[in-house]
Amino acid sequence: MMQFMLLFSRQGKLRLQKWYVAHPDKLKKKITRELITTVLARKPKMCSFLEWKDVKVVYKRYASLYFCCAMEQEDNELLTLELIHRYVELLDKYFGSVCELDIIFNFEKAYFILDELVLGGELQETSKKNVLKAIAAQDLLQEDLNDGLLH
Amino acid sequence: MAYPMYEVDWSVLPPEQNRRFNPAFNIATIKQVVNEAIERVAPVSVRMPTPTRLRDLIRQIRAARTAAEERSVVNKECAYIRSTFREEDSVWRCRNIAKLLYIHMLGYPAHFGQLECLKLIASPRFTDKRVGYLGAMLLLDERQDVHLLITNCLKNDLNSNTQFVVGLALCTLGAIASPEMARDLASEVERLIKSPNAYIKKKAALCAFRIIRRVPDLMEMFLPATRSLLTEKNHGVLITGVTLITEMCENSPDTLNHFKKESGQREIVPNLVRILKNLILAGYSPEHDVSGVSDPFLQVKILRLLRILGKNDAEASEAMNDILAQVATNTETSKNVGNTILYETVLSIMDIKSESSLRVLAVNILGRFLLNNDKNIRYVALNTLLRTVHVDTSAVQRHRTTILECLKDPDISIRRRAMELSFALVNGQNIRGMMKELLAFLERSDAEFKAHCSSAVVLAAERYAPSDKWHLDTLFKVLLKAGNYLRDDTVSSTIQIISSAATERQAYGAMRLWTSLEQSAVSGLATEKQPLIQVAAWTIGEYGDLLVSEASSAISMVDEDGVDDFVRPTEEYVIDIYQKLLWSTQLSISTKEFLLLSLAKLSTRFTTQASQEKIRVIIDTFGSHIHIELQQRGVELSQLFRQYGHLRPALLERMPAMEPVAAPHREEQELDLSDTSPDHTKPDQDALLDLINGSDSLTNGDVEHQPEQIATTNNNTSSNDILDLLSGLDLTPSAAATLTARATSQLHTLTDFLFQAAVPKKIQLDMMSPSGTTLSPQGEITQVLKVTNPTKTPLRLRIRVSYNIDGTPVLEQTEINNFPADLFN
Repeated sequence: MMQFMLLFSRQGKLRLQKWYVAHPDKLKKKITRELITTVLARKPKMCSFLEWKDVKVVYKRYASLYFCCAMEQEDNELLTLELIHRYVELLDKYFGSVCELDIIFNFEKAYFILDELVLGGELQETSKKNVLKAIAAQDLLQEDLNDGLLH
Repeated sequence: MAYPMYEVDWSVLPPEQNRRFNPAFNIATIKQVVNEAIERVAPVSVRMPTPTRLRDLIRQIRAARTAAEERSVVNKECAYIRSTFREEDSVWRCRNIAKLLYIHMLGYPAHFGQLECLKLIASPRFTDKRVGYLGAMLLLDERQDVHLLITNCLKNDLNSNTQFVVGLALCTLGAIASPEMARDLASEVERLIKSPNAYIKKKAALCAFRIIRRVPDLMEMFLPATRSLLTEKNHGVLITGVTLITEMCENSPDTLNHFKKESGQREIVPNLVRILKNLILAGYSPEHDVSGVSDPFLQVKILRLLRILGKNDAEASEAMNDILAQVATNTETSKNVGNTILYETVLSIMDIKSESSLRVLAVNILGRFLLNNDKNIRYVALNTLLRTVHVDTSAVQRHRTTILECLKDPDISIRRRAMELSFALVNGQNIRGMMKELLAFLERSDAEFKAHCSSAVVLAAERYAPSDKWHLDTLFKVLLKAGNYLRDDTVSSTIQIISSAATERQAYGAMRLWTSLEQSAVSGLATEKQPLIQVAAWTIGEYGDLLVSEASSAISMVDEDGVDDFVRPTEEYVIDIYQKLLWSTQLSISTKEFLLLSLAKLSTRFTTQASQEKIRVIIDTFGSHIHIELQQRGVELSQLFRQYGHLRPALLERMPAMEPVAAPHREEQELDLSDTSPDHTKPDQDALLDLINGSDSLTNGDVEHQPEQIATTNNNTSSNDILDLLSGLDLTPSAAATLTARATSQLHTLTDFLFQAAVPKKIQLDMMSPSGTTLSPQGEITQVLKVTNPTKTPLRLRIRVSYNIDGTPVLEQTEINNFPADLFN
């Protein structure tokens, strides 16, 4: 099970945080801060996995964004890398050649896509097509009824 | 206010109504007038200007050049958002909350928005619900009171007709369910698992998974619904179903058995094998394909569930042997995804009761992983090997060379795992080769490894050392390379090993250590190697005579690299080096203590007068050292050169071999002897010690108990005495007893006869004065002992007897513990 996922830039600015475990806000901030510092300090030659506190952290860098997942001890690290890649592919398909700015200005959409891929810390859909179909349908629902209210 | 009216005669109007004379009559005032009119009259939604758009706010914040500027923008917006909370109208609420969520992500507090999220969730609009639930997941955690208020909204939405609304509710419940919420809504979720809609089914399954995680007791109610999940075609339902079943099986072994027992179409292991087979053998399916592999996520999940089902179950393991072998051999390994599946397969093979051929296959896969260019794969392989090395040691040994190569990997996590794995693989056969690599690793490793690595090396050396010389050499190398990171007990254990080694080894040790000591002192690196200095100081102090003597040239000092860098020092040079080290400002006090005492010992090992004089001078200077410990030693050792010079040789002579410290047996804990002495029976001394118990003065309730023979070897024939100790038992009703000890001698005269006794702590012993201290032939000495035992602890008596026979002192000691059990009734 995934405990949390963080997206952050090379300067350490948080772009997305999804928590699947209940921690008080202060603790979440502390964990975020420490983990970001640890991951940014890693050299490029090092492997994508690190043992941190009692979780396994799997991270991968795509352009200027770090995608960082904290998994439990029994989880398959290589599979997590695949999961991260799947998420990036979905974002790419949705936004059309996604870049960090897309995620900054449309962060709520990034969350919605993640919520269609992962639920409660576990993968819920393995077909890219189905995830994108669901997102498109919900976007339609939103637009039909509430044009321009959100953005 | 009246509208300005046109009058014929302006001068007649009062000034406030005469617009010609109203100085403020311009566009600005007109605007104000219009606004105020609208304020009074127009409906609410038109009154306020539309709130800033989300992307405009983001642009504003990003444009801020300093943190203070950003803060002011944020604060202004937060104040605005807070002011809108009072409104009933919800038109812009979702936009405002979205902005608030962005602000929250930047790190600013946003808790005041929690109730607003609630209002959004309760709204019928889909946009509102979407943003509201997102806000709930981000802002609400279990500790908030607002948390429980969502439960009602969730319940409503779980019953919605729109599948996406149900989906939102399930998603939120899965992310932030508290135990209370879980209990309240579990039945709804259970109903939804049975829904015909695959979209809802899969989400409900994962939601159930989370509920079970939070409240394991609720698992029972979900069991019936799970049965049908594995027969679905939809991959989403399959993968979430497998996840749910996995969690249930891990939750309780009963559930595990329950799943295994189902028969017919529902039998789980054949079912899973079938699904897996279809995945592998099916042709290209664009929907689920990842680099040529069909749905790797589902494959891995199934493999994991198979692992749990096959653990400790021979029958189940048998059923999955084939498919595991098939997956292991047929998976493409050119991309990461193939390796992912192989990794999971290996983990499964290792955990279940698989055939040995399968296990060998698994270890070979791991061996191939170790050679892979991708460091992630290497890491994963080392990790897995670490887990299985104790089970399949021989299979892993084959890859030993590769593992030793990984000790040089640039990644620190890989190095750490390679190190642990190497230590697990060390055995009697490969110790020499492995130790070479491990010592090289120790030398260049980082600080965090050094302590652990050095202790492990010392341990391994102790267990598998092929020869004493090798053992000593290895220990010296560790001292040299580990520097100050060595554990404290390594110093003492090394010293102990040297002290109990053969004389030749001791000389060798002294010479080897001298070389290292001299090099460290000269190069100035002594502060980094203090454990080495300490051991070297002790050894040279003890065996300094062997070091400087001519005989040392007979010992070969060629080390394993073929280098012999030993130069026999003169006494003077040794003392010079000592002085250099002692006066170094950077050595620790304990190192200097070692050096000082060692120097004092050298004064008896070295023979020339000049050396002794030099040593004396150095020690004298320590008499005024600022550190009290060193000063005290300096002063006391100086005395050994003055008034007590005659004691010096005896005091500082060679120590006997030390025995290794075994775990002390503390059965005899309560006995308190006034002077402590070792526990074991004295092997040397001769006379039989008999305790003959007659009861001389029997009173009521007395019990006679048998004489007890205490066997000690009587190998010294010079003393033919048999020392008898008689003790009489005297019982008094009040938990006290009187013993009389009687000693007799047959032939010799014993002088300075002293009888001592000790009892367990809970018992009190009073000894009366003995009748005398000289035991003449055919004479006797008696002594009365009063024993008080209020707690009725079983009585044990430890006795020590000391006396002089013809001027030779004799000491004997033993213990009696078979007093009658009802002695103190």
